[in-house]
Amino acid sequence: MKIKRPVFHPCGNYFENYKDELKIFETDFGRICTAAGLVLFFILAPWLCGPYTIYVLNLIAITSIAALGLNILIGFTGQISLGHGAFFGVGAYAAAILATDYHFPFLAAVISAGFVTAFVGMVFGLPSGRLKGLYLTIATLAGQFIIEYVLIHWESLTKGTMGIVLPPPSIFGFTLDGDVKYFFASYIFLIAMVLIAVNIMRTRYGRAFIAIRDNDRAAEGMGIPIFRYKILSFGISSFYAGLAGGLWAFYMTSISAEPFTLALSVEYIAMVIIGGLGSISGSIFGAVFITSLNEGLRWITDFLMNAGILEGIELTLAPLRELAFGGAIVLFIIFEPRGIAEVWRIIRSSFRLWPFSY
Amino acid sequence: MDFFLQLLINGISIGFLYGLAAMGFVMIFKSSSVLNFAHGEMLALGAYIFLTLVTWAELPVPVAFLVSLLGSFILGFVIERLFLRPLIGEPLIYVIMLTVGLAAMMKGFMLLVWGGNLYIYPDFLPAWLTLDLGNIVVPPVYITAIFTGLVFLVIFGLFFKYSSQGIYMRSVADNQPAAMSLGVHVRRVFALSWAIAALVASMSGIVLGVINGINVHDLSAVGLKVFPVVILGGLDSIGGAIIAALIIGLLETFTGGYISPSLRDVVPYIFLIFILMVRPYGLFGLVEIERV
Repeated sequence: MKIKRPVFHPCGNYFENYKDELKIFETDFGRICTAAGLVLFFILAPWLCGPYTIYVLNLIAITSIAALGLNILIGFTGQISLGHGAFFGVGAYAAAILATDYHFPFLAAVISAGFVTAFVGMVFGLPSGRLKGLYLTIATLAGQFIIEYVLIHWESLTKGTMGIVLPPPSIFGFTLDGDVKYFFASYIFLIAMVLIAVNIMRTRYGRAFIAIRDNDRAAEGMGIPIFRYKILSFGISSFYAGLAGGLWAFYMTSISAEPFTLALSVEYIAMVIIGGLGSISGSIFGAVFITSLNEGLRWITDFLMNAGILEGIELTLAPLRELAFGGAIVLFIIFEPRGIAEVWRIIRSSFRLWPFSY
Repeated sequence: MDFFLQLLINGISIGFLYGLAAMGFVMIFKSSSVLNFAHGEMLALGAYIFLTLVTWAELPVPVAFLVSLLGSFILGFVIERLFLRPLIGEPLIYVIMLTVGLAAMMKGFMLLVWGGNLYIYPDFLPAWLTLDLGNIVVPPVYITAIFTGLVFLVIFGLFFKYSSQGIYMRSVADNQPAAMSLGVHVRRVFALSWAIAALVASMSGIVLGVINGINVHDLSAVGLKVFPVVILGGLDSIGGAIIAALIIGLLETFTGGYISPSLRDVVPYIFLIFILMVRPYGLFGLVEIERV
């Protein structure tokens, strides 16, 4: 007997085969809502938001892509990397160099930046063959410092502290000048990358990553070549970071080596943890949270400065930002270690189970 | 020749300081397997407390030194109680990220209170400590650094070998459930190890501050330098950390002196990758055997 697919969630798991269980959307209702929401977002956001909001939205899209990559590595494969900020920087530089010295068009430059970074990430992921846990984390920390040093001191390639100015991006002769046009480009990239990530996680590769995260020895015993999969995970994660870095470089139009420090890597890990480890939507929640926190704090300090309340007191943005950022990480880890994704799940299920929620 | 000797002496002194900084780090790792990313900030906080006591409260130097050690001892207790205890038994990444968050908070707090400027302690070390070896002059700070390093090393060696608390800490490090079943108060051991680590950290922060001046960013960068040191020494060996610190200190000063000053800060990390590839458990660390 063929059971008709339910429009709403059934009151239990009625999967009859594995294919059903692997579906991204359990109901047509969810699929339609997501599609409609995206269309509305694309129509309404440029129409309603001012240039500053669009700028923040673009930053969120770019950081979401990078955070998604880090979540594949930390949340799904269980390899803690402290070098994601450096990989982001490698992507930014790769895109900038390809676009200026080799005259790559926008799309080609961004995607090849992803591949270049994936290669660098795989090289720095090599220690994962012998190391795990704490030791691997420290190895990636060393990678962060080495890449940072190379970016600053390889002057013939990266122009050192002078930085590189990029040409304006254009797709098929259509110039992406201004925030609104870039908004469409960055969100189309984000949607594509989310789709790729969701689909990787449904395949044997994703299942292998999760097996390695849960117990790498047992995974090896089940016949998963763990070294190859760990390197692959490093590669995919750095591809995301490099792509995001390339998009960021084109958006900022000029780059230098300053932003790609350990602090940036820590910021990405914070996004992944605050958003929710091992959750695709969690990476986006985390990126939204940290980016809005940064911009919100900037707005508050600017406002206070202009209002003249803080005149005479030496209050700059940096300490407040550090305090709020550290506080957010600590509070989330102690009170909701599974992050915003878990909060979102609880809210959703309490709506779904109403009036009998528990 | 003189240049070489000067570098050698500088390297040994810097190595001793790294060793001091690493000692607190290893202590926390040994008893609770926590990788403390806030160690640099703990160094800086100790240095700032001492600075405030000496310049603002105008306490005599020995009193100020003891008070700041006591202050950081208490601070270590508080940090453990408030932040680390809820996480006992949680996965590794949460504990690491918690110390990272703690580091950001402490850094923000210090920038808010003291600002990002470079401070210098008033000159309090007597001039007779200067060691004059013909062409090479060793400033008194380095002598003090080496001396304090040795004193604390001896004290901690004796503490771990003979005192009951030290033996408890070793037992917890060795096998936590077994120690617990034999009546060791494991949570108290954790708290004590954080407190002692904070004390050692603030002491090395003060010595570093005397040498380089006090600045949040510089001192917290030292907290990251500790990583190559402890990995080379083996994460759970205090003696190994001291020897490794000397090696790293010498490596750093010789690279800075002979090859390029800018390479100086990166060379320990390049070295670190090689150690990790060849001997992940370091020179004196325990080789972990893992079974499913």
